[in-house]
Amino acid sequence: MDDFKKPGGITRRNLLAGGGALVVSFSLTQAFGQSENPPPPPPPTADKPTLPGALNDDPFLDSWIKIDGKGAITVFTGKAELGQGIKTSIPQCAAEELDVPFDAIKLITADTFVTPNEGFTAGSMSMLNSGTAVRNAAAQIRELLIAQAAVKLGVDPATLHAEDGHIVGAKGEKLAYADVVGNIQLHVNAQPVSKLKATKDFKVMGKAQPRVDIPGKVTGGQAFVQDMRPEGMLHGRVVRPPSYHATLIDADIATVEKMPGVVKVVRDGSYLGIIAEQEWQAVKAMRALARSAKWNEKATLPDINHLPETLKSLAVQDGVVADNKTPAVGVVKTVDATFTRPYQMHGSIGPSCAVGHLVDGVTTVWTHTQGVYPDRDAIAQLLGVDKPKVRCIHTEGSGCYGHNGADDAAGDAALLAQQVPGKPVRVQFMREQEHAWDPFGPGMVTHIKIGLNAENKMAAWDYELWSNSHGSRPGSAGALVSSRYLSKPFPEDPQKLVITPLGSGDRNADPLGYDLPHKHVIWHFIKDQPVRQSSMRALGAYCNVFSMESAVGEAAILAGADQVEFRLSHVKDPRGIDVINAAAKNFGWTDWKPAEGRGRGFAYARYKNHACYLAIAVEIEVDKNTGKVRLVRANVGIDSGEIVNPDGIKNQTEGGIIQSMSWTLFEAVQFDRTRITSVDWQTYPIARFGSIPDSIDIEIVPRPGQGFLGTGEGAQGPTAAAIGNAIRDAIGKRLYDLPLTPDKVLAAMAAPAAA
Amino acid sequence: MSITLNVNGQDQTVNADPDTPLLYALRNDLELNGPKFGCGLGQCGACTVIVDGKPIFSCLTPIAVLEGKKIRTVEGLGTVEKPGPMQQAFIEEQAAQCGYCIPGMMMRAQALLEKNPAATETQIRTALEPNLCRCGTHMRILRAVKRAGELMQQAGTGGNA
Amino acid sequence: MLRRLLIVLVVVVILAGAAFFSLVYKPAIDAVPPGQAQTFDTALVAHGAELAAIGDCSSCHTTAGGKPFAGGLAVPTPFGTIYSSNITPDRATGIGQWSEAAFQRALREGVDRDGNFLYPAFPFDHFTHVSDDDINALYAYFMTRQAVNAPSPASVLQFPYSIRQAMAGWDLLFLKKGPLQPVADQSDEWNRGRYLAEGLGHCAACHTPRNQLGAEDSSQQFAGGSVIDGWYVYPLDKNSPAPTKWDVASLTSYLKHGFAQGHGAAAGPMAQVTANLAGVNDADVKAIATYVASQMGVDSTTPTPAPTTMAAGEPSPPLNSGDSLNLPMTVPTGADIGQTVFATACSSCHTAGRAQPFGGVDLRQSSAVNADSPQNVVNMVLYGLPASDGKVGPIMPSFAGALDQGQLVALLGYLRSGAGKSAWSDAATVVADTLSGKTAVKSYSADGIERVPGAGNARTTP
Repeated sequence: MDDFKKPGGITRRNLLAGGGALVVSFSLTQAFGQSENPPPPPPPTADKPTLPGALNDDPFLDSWIKIDGKGAITVFTGKAELGQGIKTSIPQCAAEELDVPFDAIKLITADTFVTPNEGFTAGSMSMLNSGTAVRNAAAQIRELLIAQAAVKLGVDPATLHAEDGHIVGAKGEKLAYADVVGNIQLHVNAQPVSKLKATKDFKVMGKAQPRVDIPGKVTGGQAFVQDMRPEGMLHGRVVRPPSYHATLIDADIATVEKMPGVVKVVRDGSYLGIIAEQEWQAVKAMRALARSAKWNEKATLPDINHLPETLKSLAVQDGVVADNKTPAVGVVKTVDATFTRPYQMHGSIGPSCAVGHLVDGVTTVWTHTQGVYPDRDAIAQLLGVDKPKVRCIHTEGSGCYGHNGADDAAGDAALLAQQVPGKPVRVQFMREQEHAWDPFGPGMVTHIKIGLNAENKMAAWDYELWSNSHGSRPGSAGALVSSRYLSKPFPEDPQKLVITPLGSGDRNADPLGYDLPHKHVIWHFIKDQPVRQSSMRALGAYCNVFSMESAVGEAAILAGADQVEFRLSHVKDPRGIDVINAAAKNFGWTDWKPAEGRGRGFAYARYKNHACYLAIAVEIEVDKNTGKVRLVRANVGIDSGEIVNPDGIKNQTEGGIIQSMSWTLFEAVQFDRTRITSVDWQTYPIARFGSIPDSIDIEIVPRPGQGFLGTGEGAQGPTAAAIGNAIRDAIGKRLYDLPLTPDKVLAAMAAPAAA
Repeated sequence: MSITLNVNGQDQTVNADPDTPLLYALRNDLELNGPKFGCGLGQCGACTVIVDGKPIFSCLTPIAVLEGKKIRTVEGLGTVEKPGPMQQAFIEEQAAQCGYCIPGMMMRAQALLEKNPAATETQIRTALEPNLCRCGTHMRILRAVKRAGELMQQAGTGGNA
Repeated sequence: MLRRLLIVLVVVVILAGAAFFSLVYKPAIDAVPPGQAQTFDTALVAHGAELAAIGDCSSCHTTAGGKPFAGGLAVPTPFGTIYSSNITPDRATGIGQWSEAAFQRALREGVDRDGNFLYPAFPFDHFTHVSDDDINALYAYFMTRQAVNAPSPASVLQFPYSIRQAMAGWDLLFLKKGPLQPVADQSDEWNRGRYLAEGLGHCAACHTPRNQLGAEDSSQQFAGGSVIDGWYVYPLDKNSPAPTKWDVASLTSYLKHGFAQGHGAAAGPMAQVTANLAGVNDADVKAIATYVASQMGVDSTTPTPAPTTMAAGEPSPPLNSGDSLNLPMTVPTGADIGQTVFATACSSCHTAGRAQPFGGVDLRQSSAVNADSPQNVVNMVLYGLPASDGKVGPIMPSFAGALDQGQLVALLGYLRSGAGKSAWSDAATVVADTLSGKTAVKSYSADGIERVPGAGNARTTP
């Protein structure tokens, strides 16, 4: 744990100054811009081959791993710990390939003065990008250590191997890493191919490594940015406008300035902030200032009672997501359905927080942003300073599940820190600020037509979706909420239609998992953002997979086929087949007996068509008196490629299922025509223990020797679809509009039977 | 104004207004990290601490009512080196994702198990209803609380390390 | 002479016996033959669902966490504990063998299919007013519920109440069978409301005091004052304690949505009633409100504004966020502890001006604060209004554990003085009995789901 008492803390310079034997010059590559998906690497050329994982973006080995003169190993990742467990799984990769105990690795996570630029920690990419880079860098450094030891020992390197922090020879020669590391130049480009250990030889990877952060978190250790209290720290609060387009008429600054403990009241245009000595004083001052403020407001929000119609009526730009240019042939029956999703909230339990500190013209911000470099760029622009004058250090916050208020809090901490040079300021959002100003997962509408041929196989697939970008992350100042209310406001970044293989709003919309003679997929991209929106766990894949797998469920019913067999008959990828079979078998799909008020549902998707394979079978219970649905149990088959930390995969998947269940059954952001009205847990309820299933069972299909596949978001879409399919099974009616609430269940049950 | 609070067995003096919520006194004046700010409204349970054996929302409780009462936070259950049964169980079950809600969960569960270490799963679920977790760690939290009950029964203690 | 007298006596005894026998003997009604599932029109079932909601049937016939309508709920009475019956269509343990005639007799006469007398904890003295059509719809509803095999525990009553036949005498005294005759000079809406409130709704079962034999004292209609499930029952007559006078609009909102501006949210057993009424058509709810308002002395002919709803899309009230927009209270040094507690624990929700139900009611306007008993304020402070699972609805945190007896009494005093009332003389006793568990309190979330009271109560296990 870094010493939070001493702001400044480590820097790459002082870290390396102490007896480092390696000559290091840190390399910076440009930020990835505003998408959480970095553009695919350019095609390899003779002088620039494609490298494993994020080594492509930062090819120097010493950007990732440093070994000092005493043999101490430090691993650098540009990724951040979000509760997904990378502080544990990334060191596992390094320890394995360097053949040292897990505890021998010190990990430094995202810090713009220290670590590689890995853009955003998002899209289930941590292990794929950073884990792969660290593992390969470690393997290559191991080979460099062996080569150097061979020179020193005067033996053939082929006779040497690495073992427990030493290079060991066939004849008992033994050199500690510290003995050879001083002679190695690690500031070298990584090679395209590494000599990776075989799965059977793993000592650290593939094992359920206990998370390094849990003992501290359960004993009151300093773990979160909220826990920082550097010497002389002041407490900041902001007063947000009551609605997006409000302008401040007046606020009683003079009175609030006189309140006990108040150090500064800040007004800049319509932006209001407070700095006070004690936290409770800051809260009181914030309340007084908020209560005194008078605003002009504008009714700019869509009519929530007609949200799908509104979304479809906004100006769109069409993009083709998939088109195999083959006409539909032999269709005899069709499933035709429209699905909708409301705006939904990240809902972090801890409202966002950041500490800002201006010293000698450099503003340091401790932040739980998912992207320290893009956030740094945005803050530099906000403050009107050069990028090197801002340092963003990732410090854990409450789980974010995407782009929540973290970056905004960082912006506010930077702004307020300018008011009190030399003094650290901790800005803590209040609950309703986190709720109302969250960049929500956007509302969506999807329309799908699946054509069945005479053999009851899916012969045609036509899909269209209406959606925003799912991405308004920082990179520029306009992405930070406060910037819009300053007397010299920054414009929001214009939204652009971008179609990539990994997808964003269109994520998973290309039905690659199924063998389809005809497919045509269109994204009606909505440029305007009447409600603030950005990236939330799984982006468009949540609603796309819900829609697609619900429709596949309906197609199976239309075909008179079993849900599992119908899917298997269209899946060619053996890894997909394996997870489907695992989920079905563990659920007891073939032996399942119908019971009144019970239903079973199935869904399958390969996340992003690129990351983990996941199939899920669920059983639900419907109280037909009240319409309440309860998830009873879930069985999952998942293939995450080479397994680093199996318990981490299970933890993330269990969490994904419960979170998706909550989105699916309960959640919709409420607003009137002017204001967001979901401002607390009364008005935006999420799952409590009363709704938690009896059991969740996860089988990981092992894939020794395969690459890592991102896991953290794989369950979101399939869980929603499986629940929808199970409701269909239980009540004989399908629900099309998320969330699947009791009133919709009752209405569906009361409706006449489907033709 | 100064108020003496007994926190984790020690009397400590806090200089703050009597209407200051306990949460701020614990976090800022006494520099304890366990109780967390989650909503300030008593809707999420992140701030839960134990007062005289009962779980309370520290974000809504003025320090003025706490003189002479025994306040306990997750720091009082044990240390990294010597974790108490509840902490041991959460480590064993790896019952955390981001971990932000976990100390509040642990304190509410601790209060339940000190009364009844053999609490059933239904009783645990019911007791934890006021506390929210967004990561979806619930299955592990339930396992950990059951495990903590077993550890407490084995140790025959009320659960402090 | 003597012989003659004896004969007369024997004849009298035989006649009396026969009369008594005819009174206490109720024949069994034939069981519905097994194996033939009854089918009902969907619309009839849907109508039955609304009637069952008006009847609040689920409250007594479902245990906390139990299967709907499977019975088994312990109903404490001064005469012992009665367990509610399983009214699912399970043939073995529910009413699966009951024909509609048997169902109708139970509702109208308080006699089960086998001919056993039912205790009036089952309010057949109200249900006797229910029309044939409505019984028909209710029957359709219950016969299409999920059958649950769940035997109800036997009731445990003191002698002579343990003799079910003794109920024949009770019925003779208190059961006024048959439909209510419409009151000519009242509107159709009022008469509809009276039919629902006095019939299926059985409002008086809680809101009218009972005599020593457990029958409603009709001379004190809607006078309230008793304590049920640990909650003080408010008078619904002219003595309603609400400073903001109830009217048809606010009562309609309260009954339908579980809250009304200026009155706050329903809690305790009433939360079950309002949760059920949420599924009932607006006209019937308004009719009930019209009738109840008239009992409070509100002229039902006065036109009332449209009820407040939680519908989205309407303009925001001036403030819609809680915590950060609440004007901080200044607590002077040496202030009463009740005021300090109010400032930190209560004011952020109860003085922020946020519209109900998500903002707390201005406690000066609260019925609980203005009532004759402190019990409901004590319950709310100790147990709050627990969250509804996954449903938008008000939450009030529990303060059990945070406040000791003296602090709670001080808070009550502060609240009373704020409302311009003198302190409750029994505040200390009520607080002590509630804290000790002597007064057992059932806690409900806004969606009517029973929750275990906060850990401050002795009953920490369900």
